[in-house]
Amino acid sequence: MTAKIAYDDVEVGTELPAQTFPVTRATLVRYAGASGDFNPIHWNEKFAKEVGLPDVIAHGMFTMAEAIRVVTDWTGDPGAVVEYGVRFTKPVVVPNDDQGALIEVSGKVAAKLDDNTVRVDLTAISAGQKVLGMSRAVVRLA
Amino acid sequence: MALDQSFVGRTYPPTPPYEVGREKIREFADAVGETNPVYTDREAAKAFGHPDVIAPPTFVFAITFPAAGQIVEDPQLGLDYSRVVHGDQKFAYNRPVRAGDRLTVTSTIEGIKSLAGNDILDIRGEVHDEAGEHVVTAWTKLVARAAEEA
Repeated sequence: MTAKIAYDDVEVGTELPAQTFPVTRATLVRYAGASGDFNPIHWNEKFAKEVGLPDVIAHGMFTMAEAIRVVTDWTGDPGAVVEYGVRFTKPVVVPNDDQGALIEVSGKVAAKLDDNTVRVDLTAISAGQKVLGMSRAVVRLA
Repeated sequence: MALDQSFVGRTYPPTPPYEVGREKIREFADAVGETNPVYTDREAAKAFGHPDVIAPPTFVFAITFPAAGQIVEDPQLGLDYSRVVHGDQKFAYNRPVRAGDRLTVTSTIEGIKSLAGNDILDIRGEVHDEAGEHVVTAWTKLVARAAEEA
C-alpha cells in the first residue's frame, strides 16, 4: 500500500483538493442497481412524498461514497484508508430535472496520528446544507 | 414501543460467503463515478501492492447491510423497518476488499436506545475472508422514527 502523499509533507490544516459531484435521477437508479438498495425513496417521487420527504433523495451511502473520493484521489491508493465514518445529517434532495443536485466536498488534515496516519475531516454540502456530519477518515500516508 | 434491551450483545450466525466479483466492483465504481484504475485494472492495483483489483471503500456495505437483515427482520426484535433511517455509518479496514474475496459477515447488536420515542439500533458487522482473516468492521446506526400520534 503506497499513498502518493508523504506523511512528512502534510501538516494539521493541510487542505485536500475540493471536488463537486453531480447527482441526477439516472445516477440514483444506477447506484440502486450496483448497490442493491432499491428503497423507493431513492427513485419514486410519489413514494418519497408520501413518507414526508420533499422529493426523491440520494442514498446516504452514495453521498458517503462520493465524499471519500476527495481522500482517495489525494492518496492515489484507496487501500490507504484505515477508517471512515459519517453521520447522515440531511438528505441530498435530487429534483427530476436536467441538473439534479450537486454534492460539494472539501477536506483537511485535522490531526497527525501514529504509524504515518492522519485524520482527515470532510465537509459535504448540497443546496447550501451540510449533508454529512462527523465525516472523518483515517488514512495511512507514505 | 421501545425495543427489548435483552437483545444487546446478541450475535447472529455468520452469513454464507459472498464472492466479490471483478465486474461487480467495476459496476459499483462506475455507479459512484470512480475513475481510479485500481478498481478496474489489475496492473494498476498491483502497482499499489494489491494482489488484484480492490473495491471502493464503501462497497462492503452492499454485503454488510443485507447481513444486518438478520437483525432488522428478526420478528422477535420487532423493528418497524418502514420507519427506519440510516443514522451513522463507519468502517475500520484491516485491508481493502478485493476481487476473489469470499466474505462472511457476523452481525452483533451493539446497542439499543430509545430517545424521544425513536428506537436507535447499533449493529456491528465483522467481515472475514475465506482464510478467517479479518478484513473490515462495519458499524451501522439505524433510527426507527417514532410513529406519529394517532
